[in-house]
Amino acid sequence: MTVLELTSNRHNPGIDPLLNAWGWEIAVYLFLGGLVAGSLILGGYRVLKSPRRQAGESYPWGPLLGVLLLSLGMGALFLDLGHKLSVGRLYLTFQPTSPMSWGAWILLLVYPAMLAAALLYPPERVPFGNAPLARVRAWSEWVHARPRLVQGIGIANLAGGAALGLYTGVLLGTLGARPLWNSAILGPLFLISGMSTAAAVLHLLSMVGANAKQDSFGDLLLSGLVRLLNKDTGKSSMVRYDQSFMTIELALIGLWMIGLLTSTTAHRAAAALLLSGAWAPQFWSLVVLTGLVAPLVLQHFEFIGRIRHTVIPPLLVLFGGFFLRFIVVGAGQGSHW
Amino acid sequence: MNRRQFLGIGAGALAAAGLTSILGGERARAATLAKSGLRTIPTFCDLCFWKCGAVATLRDGKLWKIEGNPLDPLSRGRLCPRGTGGVGATFDPDRLRRPLLRARVRGEEKWNAVSWDDALGYLALKLEAIKAAHGPESMAMFSHGLGGNFLKHTLKAYGTTNIAAPSFAQCRGPRDVGFRLTFGDDPGSPERTDIANARCLVLIGSHLGENMHNTQVQEFAQAVGSGATIIVVDPRFSVAASKAKHYLPIRPGTDTALLLAWMNVLVTEKLYDAEYVGKYGYGFEPFAASLAEFTPEWAYPETCIAPEIIRETAREMARHRPATLVHPGRHSNWYGHDTQRSRAVALLNALLGSWGRRGGFYVPAQMDLPGYPYPPYPKSTKAKVDNPDQRHPFAYEALTTGIREATITGKPYPIKGWMVYATNLVRALPDERLTLAAIQELDLLAVVDVIPSETAGWADIVLPESTYLERYDDLNVELFREPFIGLRQPVVESPDDQKPNWWIARELALKLGLARYYPWKDIEEYLSTRLEKRGYHLADLKRDGIVLGKKQPIYFEDGAPAEFATPSKKIEFWSSQLQQHADAHPGVKGFDPVPRYEPPEPCPSGAYRLLFGRAPVHSFGRTQTNPILHDVMPENELWLNAGEASRLGLRSGDRVKLRNQEGIESLPILLKATERIRADCVFMVHGFGHTAKGLTRAFHKGASDVQLLTRIKVDPLMGGTGLNDNFVSVVPV
Amino acid sequence: MARFAMVIDTALCVGCSDCVVACKTENDVPEGFCRDWIEEEVRGTFPTVQLTIHSSRCNHCSSPPCVSCCPTGASHVHEGGVVLVDHGKCIGCKACIEACPYDARFSHPDGYADKCTFCIHRVEKGLLPACVAVCPTHCMHFGDLDDPESEVTQLVRSRPYHVLTPEAGTQPNVFYLTRGR
Repeated sequence: MTVLELTSNRHNPGIDPLLNAWGWEIAVYLFLGGLVAGSLILGGYRVLKSPRRQAGESYPWGPLLGVLLLSLGMGALFLDLGHKLSVGRLYLTFQPTSPMSWGAWILLLVYPAMLAAALLYPPERVPFGNAPLARVRAWSEWVHARPRLVQGIGIANLAGGAALGLYTGVLLGTLGARPLWNSAILGPLFLISGMSTAAAVLHLLSMVGANAKQDSFGDLLLSGLVRLLNKDTGKSSMVRYDQSFMTIELALIGLWMIGLLTSTTAHRAAAALLLSGAWAPQFWSLVVLTGLVAPLVLQHFEFIGRIRHTVIPPLLVLFGGFFLRFIVVGAGQGSHW
Repeated sequence: MNRRQFLGIGAGALAAAGLTSILGGERARAATLAKSGLRTIPTFCDLCFWKCGAVATLRDGKLWKIEGNPLDPLSRGRLCPRGTGGVGATFDPDRLRRPLLRARVRGEEKWNAVSWDDALGYLALKLEAIKAAHGPESMAMFSHGLGGNFLKHTLKAYGTTNIAAPSFAQCRGPRDVGFRLTFGDDPGSPERTDIANARCLVLIGSHLGENMHNTQVQEFAQAVGSGATIIVVDPRFSVAASKAKHYLPIRPGTDTALLLAWMNVLVTEKLYDAEYVGKYGYGFEPFAASLAEFTPEWAYPETCIAPEIIRETAREMARHRPATLVHPGRHSNWYGHDTQRSRAVALLNALLGSWGRRGGFYVPAQMDLPGYPYPPYPKSTKAKVDNPDQRHPFAYEALTTGIREATITGKPYPIKGWMVYATNLVRALPDERLTLAAIQELDLLAVVDVIPSETAGWADIVLPESTYLERYDDLNVELFREPFIGLRQPVVESPDDQKPNWWIARELALKLGLARYYPWKDIEEYLSTRLEKRGYHLADLKRDGIVLGKKQPIYFEDGAPAEFATPSKKIEFWSSQLQQHADAHPGVKGFDPVPRYEPPEPCPSGAYRLLFGRAPVHSFGRTQTNPILHDVMPENELWLNAGEASRLGLRSGDRVKLRNQEGIESLPILLKATERIRADCVFMVHGFGHTAKGLTRAFHKGASDVQLLTRIKVDPLMGGTGLNDNFVSVVPV
Repeated sequence: MARFAMVIDTALCVGCSDCVVACKTENDVPEGFCRDWIEEEVRGTFPTVQLTIHSSRCNHCSSPPCVSCCPTGASHVHEGGVVLVDHGKCIGCKACIEACPYDARFSHPDGYADKCTFCIHRVEKGLLPACVAVCPTHCMHFGDLDDPESEVTQLVRSRPYHVLTPEAGTQPNVFYLTRGR
């Protein structure tokens, strides 16, 4: 006989009636972590591909933005901690079975990689503080004189980004108590989604920069990034990257769902939460349609010149990337054995 | 402790160690505890009337927890959830803190805090005024529990005889009268049920396990564990039903038909205990003859219980007799002919030979401890007001509802004052409207309580009592399997200006010039005086909480006296008392010498019969503000058959209101759509839906059954208020 | 190596919540929270109904996901297999709460993850856990499964039992006896 009525007099806040221990803070943290991971990978790739600074190029802003966004993400995580004063405990130990412990250490290692990448492409001028800039530029020259070191920085960015991006998904994927999360696909999925959102940010920044006046600070800030765009066609390499990332992302979501649907009853029920259950409206509308299908289609038409190039597709990608995290965190807590 | 020692502990050793640390060397224990900042003080519980022995633990001088006293035969070292959560009563932020005088109109719950001297002075003035104008009998008292003893004493000394408790006419009265008419004695409280040794336990009108009478539930689990056959008769699939071999989903109100059919089977198939009946029975032949028409086939359309099930369960009962216990229940005011139904329960037990037998009803023992030698109370010239002309001839206790009626009508003489102790009268008596109407007739409503109940809200003066953990009370001289005396003693001090009832009663008596009724100065002197008379010492009780008497035989077969205080000195299958009354008052209905079946009022279409009961974590309406117990069960739910719920388009978790036959609406209540109840009735746990503003934690949580119980079927024999003929419709909010 | 376990006879349990209340007082569990609770399962259609009652709590799993996911080592396995949280080490990240298939943990108002301790402070003094010691139906038993003579070992050897959500693979150490069959 199947259970018709299940009652419990447990009443713990955050646990009952439905688990809700992790809220928006964790979604923000996973989103920003993924975004930064993506920008590390793109930046690392850039470093390996063209280690030499090109004339007039200044490109510290990607990594510096990464430092800022990652700190914001960690701030959100910190907000979520119940015992904030003990946060240092994370760094008094390494727990090899705990993704969160891995994550804590990865975060710590990612910062120097990003700063080193920033050092490779110092700006030529800044509105103030040109004296320290001179010193920074000297360091940059010093690094550039050592190709193995530059290569190392590139690899560190690539590896750190991959580790960070994978970690944001693995963190959830190892929590077997929540069948929705219980998939190895979440690691690659969040990694690719992170790269997609990073590409969208760079794409956005380049668009803002392209429209800016030559001498403005905004242009200065973005001039390096603009080089990533093919000015002749107005078609960005970032757009091309992003189209591939989103296609892969859709495929990974499909694989994830197939994995769940072919598993136990609990896993099937978990998949159903997203596909047809309580979270389905948000999942289909916010993540799949708005966050993936719509930008894919729009950018395709932009690419072949059928419609005007606007900021809308990258904004949609960011929107979808955040809601992917938000919905996976929320629905996962609603899935149970 | 080294690793080996620690890891070597087995469960048996654990249990043994646990027990020795409690039972073993009192001095050693005290020393260990003192070292750890812990101190234990034995007392007995007051979360219900069971009065379980308990041991409170203080940690660094503050009350920490309370556990069962292993020496106590009632708790056997384990309290029920209410008892365990009893500590919550002391830190309940809603509790009364200082004496309050009504500031404006009654029921507005606006107060002025006053000193005890002023409060008691005011109370004494009012009492004197009532006495002068109407005589002391015009002052009535309502009380619940042992704590009321001293206030009752003061009011008796003052001169009133009108003292009642809802526990009779609103609770166990019909059962006790039914059993008294049959066996000459009632099942008592704690009930003399030998559940632990029963081989077959029949629950008809009892939901043990939800009804958390500690010893009974412990013994129930023992019976289940030892494989006793459990038969449960209930319109609701109770917790007990889930343990039963036979669950009989009876149509509400037809229990007597089932009982008669069972007895018909026992008699026609000659399965009853003929030797026992022959030896102790009176009037068996005419009784047996009266059963002839009540066949299982006759009972089927009434009860919805198939004839073969009735036969099978009757035979099952007979197979295990005399260790077949048909539980007498406790709250037994259902349909207005409840004494007769209880008599049928008693007679079924008599046929099975279970009264006085192992596995049935044992013969309880009590220690001989005389009361305090007070001077005699003043003689009253007036008859008690609650039962004029003995219209309910078998009411051997005063009727609360009778006093209420007299208060409203002023007949046979006016009642002008109520003293209410530890009972929430507005919620304890059915039809709140009548209680409020009676209160309007009063010159004085005084309430002594721990929490600001609805009744306190209507009072002119409210006196805050210390909780049971902060006071001495009278001794509990228990009538039980083995005789014992229990002591309640203060464990901690009252946090504010609360006072123990003995102090309030004594001070009031002094203000009333009744000093000669209080020859003792303080409670310890009183307790000592009573104890020393029989050679017991207060110091021993303060240390152990309990003193056990000598065990006595408790079964007839072991030599317990087989005595029956009926006119025939036998078990009255044919009641000579009912016969006598019927002869004297021809035409008066309900006094048949053998039980007869009266069908319940049919349920109007679209409505459900409202049934109510207990939950294990709450006592009446008195514990809903206890922070610990509130946490476990903050509100009640309306049980509605799942099929009915879906028919009404309702789901579990929806909020609904109930509307009774007079259009009275309840507060919103959570719906529990369940397969655990018949489709013709709904059920809720009693005690919720508080409307007193001071009960902030419980305010408007759940709904109150009492507000909907406006149709009262009065038992002609003893004045009990039958409440199960109230019908409600379920209205979505 | 000892392996502490709880064995609960569902046939006797009446779901009175005494275990819940005793735990609250013994362990000063803050108002609004509980470390153990009562679950009821109803199967069937009236009047052919089955009701199963479980007193539930942390299962002190032999393969505890809450311990492996803890980034600071605050969640740990104590002697006797008891899963505990070192409050001082806990940062309140709630990963263990997410990791528990029984939802047995919660965030204590003071910030750390909290849950049943098997009343280890009592057990180390030779007492039974508060919930076991108070149970009016004597349906709960506690002891060492590695001791062949212990009551819990005898019970799981002689009676059919089940654990909760075995498919989660955590190897729980709270066992529920079922009658006969």
